[in-house]
Amino acid sequence: MDLTDQQIERYSRHIILEQIGGTGQAKLLDSKVLIVGAGGLGSPAGLYLAAAGVGTIGIIDADTVDMTNLQRQIIHHTADLNVNKVDSARAKMEAINPDVTVKTYHTWAKADNIREIIRDYDFVIDGTDNFPAKFLINDACYFERKAFSHAGILRFDGQLITILPGETTCYRCIFETPPPANAVPSCSQAGVLGVLAGVIGSLQATEAVKYVLGIGELLTGVLLTYNALTMQFRRINLNRNPNCVLCGDSPKITELKDEEQPVCDLKKD
Amino acid sequence: MKLVVNGSEVETKDGLTVSELLVEQNVKMPEMVSVEVDGQIVPREDFDATALKDGGKVEFLYFMGGGGGLN
Ligand SMILES: [Zn+2]
Repeated sequence: MDLTDQQIERYSRHIILEQIGGTGQAKLLDSKVLIVGAGGLGSPAGLYLAAAGVGTIGIIDADTVDMTNLQRQIIHHTADLNVNKVDSARAKMEAINPDVTVKTYHTWAKADNIREIIRDYDFVIDGTDNFPAKFLINDACYFERKAFSHAGILRFDGQLITILPGETTCYRCIFETPPPANAVPSCSQAGVLGVLAGVIGSLQATEAVKYVLGIGELLTGVLLTYNALTMQFRRINLNRNPNCVLCGDSPKITELKDEEQPVCDLKKD
Repeated sequence: MKLVVNGSEVETKDGLTVSELLVEQNVKMPEMVSVEVDGQIVPREDFDATALKDGGKVEFLYFMGGGGGLN
């Protein structure tokens, strides 16, 4: 792929980096990254990947923009209230960079649609907010052998890990099944510092860019945790688990299934 | 004996089990935690039976969703 003069100017700060150059930028323009969830994590990831010139960005979400989203989901603006999140996200990514083709999937990721969607992409970013979706993405990426970035945030804490399915530690190596519904923090106990989503979602975008370019060391086999109050990052080495129900020596999960959705009941708090 | 729990040194009685350590460390919702001891994830059903050893490295790994709080 030859870069136009305008592209050489737009991406000049990438191109002057020895590890990227014109060749790397062309790779980015040729790459496809899927973001599952146009929320707190997906917002910064989508904006940075669009700015970076990732040529095709897919985004899945069935939700519409709600007032409570605006504190952290920076891809959506006040004027987007009640708009489909995927349409709102697409408009911002296209506005940043006309080089980017945005594909929208106005649906929830489920066992019956996710494999087909991720198959087309080079890398997947898990920006979902619930455990069934996180397990579904982990399992689907395993069956499709698709590299992805897993992340979670809660209150002032965030964590992420990059997973090369079948090669490096997966989400089920660490957590066998979703937590019981009654253990999931109730709505009043939950909440999240808005900017935390920006920190963790941006780290996920960094991993996507590195993966596409084949540079640096990916965050595989290591869970990176971050606490915004203490400003401490920790790297926790996590080996593959031979007893993993998905990628272990004698797997119990042999086909993709939806996990049950723990319900948060607002009235109970 | 001494353990390193989530990067910090902790002094405990000898032979403490994973379940006892969770209580001692004030983990309120153990269902939300996976435990790694010296690089291996301990199956949940073995928490009661797994005794920790002096110098052991323990990591509590927490479930985290997307922070929206509605799921
Ligand atoms: Zn695994």
